[in-house]
Amino acid sequence: MNRIKELFSKDSKKLIVFITAGFPNKDSTKDLVMEAIKGGADMIEIGIPFSDPQADGPVIQAANEIALKNGITLLEIFEQVKEIRSQTDIPIALMGYYNPILKMGTMDFIKKCNDAEIDGVILPDLPLDESVEFCNNLKDKNISPILLVAPNTSKERIKKISNLAGELIYAVSILGITGNDLSSKNNLENYLAKVKENSETPFMVGFGISSNKDVKWFNNFSDGAVVGSAIIKKVLKDRKKGVVENFVKNLKK
Amino acid sequence: MDSLVKKYSMPDKNGHFEEFGGKYVPETLIPALDELEQEYLKCKNDKDFKKEFFNLLKHYGGRPTPLYLAKNISKELGFHVWLKREDLNHTGAHKINNALGQILLAHRMGKKRIIAETGAGQHGVATAAVAAKFGLECIVYMGEEDIERQKLNVFKINLMGAKVIPVTSGSKTLKDATNEAIRDWVTNVENTFYIIGSSVGPHPYPMLVRDFQSVIGTETKKQFKDITNNELPDRLVACVGGGSNALGLFYPFIDDDVKIVGVEAAGKGIDTNQHAATLTKGEFGVLHGAASMLLQSIDGQVALPYSLSAGLDYPGIGPEHSYLQKTKRVEYSSATDNEALEAFKWLSEKEGIIPALETAHAVAYLKNKKNNIKKNEHVILNLSGRGDKDINTIAKELGIEL
Repeated sequence: MNRIKELFSKDSKKLIVFITAGFPNKDSTKDLVMEAIKGGADMIEIGIPFSDPQADGPVIQAANEIALKNGITLLEIFEQVKEIRSQTDIPIALMGYYNPILKMGTMDFIKKCNDAEIDGVILPDLPLDESVEFCNNLKDKNISPILLVAPNTSKERIKKISNLAGELIYAVSILGITGNDLSSKNNLENYLAKVKENSETPFMVGFGISSNKDVKWFNNFSDGAVVGSAIIKKVLKDRKKGVVENFVKNLKK
Repeated sequence: MDSLVKKYSMPDKNGHFEEFGGKYVPETLIPALDELEQEYLKCKNDKDFKKEFFNLLKHYGGRPTPLYLAKNISKELGFHVWLKREDLNHTGAHKINNALGQILLAHRMGKKRIIAETGAGQHGVATAAVAAKFGLECIVYMGEEDIERQKLNVFKINLMGAKVIPVTSGSKTLKDATNEAIRDWVTNVENTFYIIGSSVGPHPYPMLVRDFQSVIGTETKKQFKDITNNELPDRLVACVGGGSNALGLFYPFIDDDVKIVGVEAAGKGIDTNQHAATLTKGEFGVLHGAASMLLQSIDGQVALPYSLSAGLDYPGIGPEHSYLQKTKRVEYSSATDNEALEAFKWLSEKEGIIPALETAHAVAYLKNKKNNIKKNEHVILNLSGRGDKDINTIAKELGIEL
């Protein structure tokens, strides 16, 4: 069974941790992922750096820029994931933008995901309308396409999106980019209820979730919470060993 | 706006020009794009909308612009060069045509906040002008490097009450200003209308920008016939950055027996890595919401383009141009910084018309390819903008202190 499906078939609340590959050093990916796992992460998202990350705020933009300056490539990310995979059985998803994948060739990309035992793929700039073939090709290899829904997505569209995704969808918490402030709890509650009611799959929530308090709150309304910018911010400030582990421990408390 | 189209019918209903175009955007923008498309399709055939649009083009924009036979350069080149004088539009370029069309849509949709990206500043100026006219808040994203080379336009934008936000990420030019505008739109999608300045971006933008600009070609066709008694010119030429002035001229001629040429910026040369010749040197990719040709690295990172002209300094191109190149309906050529500079001086000296540096690339084509153009051919060049904004750049290149 796909590791994501297995994880989300459990009743527990999941903490998903986002790490930008090749940041802060080219070979940091594995260390940071292993720290997040030690801290208690249930699933890992590895960000593929891109020159023009349109859905990301200043923090993840900065991490992308540093990683690209370090010279990280998609091919190297697959090698890093293989190394990580040899030490852990945690679900791993890749998150990135469509162009580097197109350039590699979508079928080649999917084959390499399969070889590296990647469980899911999240592409914020490949919405439902453009992604049917790509999603089906991923599913053929037992990899979950994790499609996104947003607060302004209609009920009918949430149904279609979750139907195509199959195992898991990603509810963007806000109208906005990663690292933005959260909107009012009242709006969020209504929105998450709408997702729950219309989604045919479990869903995790992300964007702007930065503290233990946030995670706990979101756990009341969803199957899991994604923390990204807040982790990257910690690493930007302090590159000492253990920073990610301690922060994740605190989020998971 | 579409009455002249007979056979050519692009994009399809999903916004694709075969493999090009589409909507490659975060989910948050999908409802906004759908809403915009519905409103546009409604307006496109609405008498009142059309009347208001053409009234504004005439009384605010200054249309129709002249079609002028440039006799001095025609004599030198050996064929007839007609200049479509978009430089005489209010705010100094063709950009106002599209800005007027889009602000009317924004107004109808009840959006109170306007955002735009700008490279050379011409679209920023046009958007600031129409936002002032309609009393709407206006934010213009502009790369730090472009702010430096287009100070005059920044000043104008501010004068008209809009706010310029400097963009410091990436190459600090048009590409990065567009990223920032998209991020703003994702965040403020409920009250904000994004006026895109070229025939780029996710569907329906490439289509509606083309349609609003096609007033250029429609007018040209009629003027040419009225003046010469000839049905059609032999050749159309326009510079291409994102591609809106070019499509504006080309589109009404797309089914006609007319040769069509787009001219890209070759910067320091297409064999260097400092150019913006997307169709000549790019590969298939996705940027800013559309699939099109794209300058990129072997890892699929977007390349930093280069052109002396801020308006052509863009690594992508409108999806329809990629399609027109693929189908060979339009031929794409390029001109270097130096060729454009020479052409800039040449047109100024010979005709007393100072073109925008972007437009000068199209003028350079006439000189470069004059041997390929038959004697007595009628060539229409879209003189897309005037060169006032480029005076500082040109003076610097010529080593003159102003």
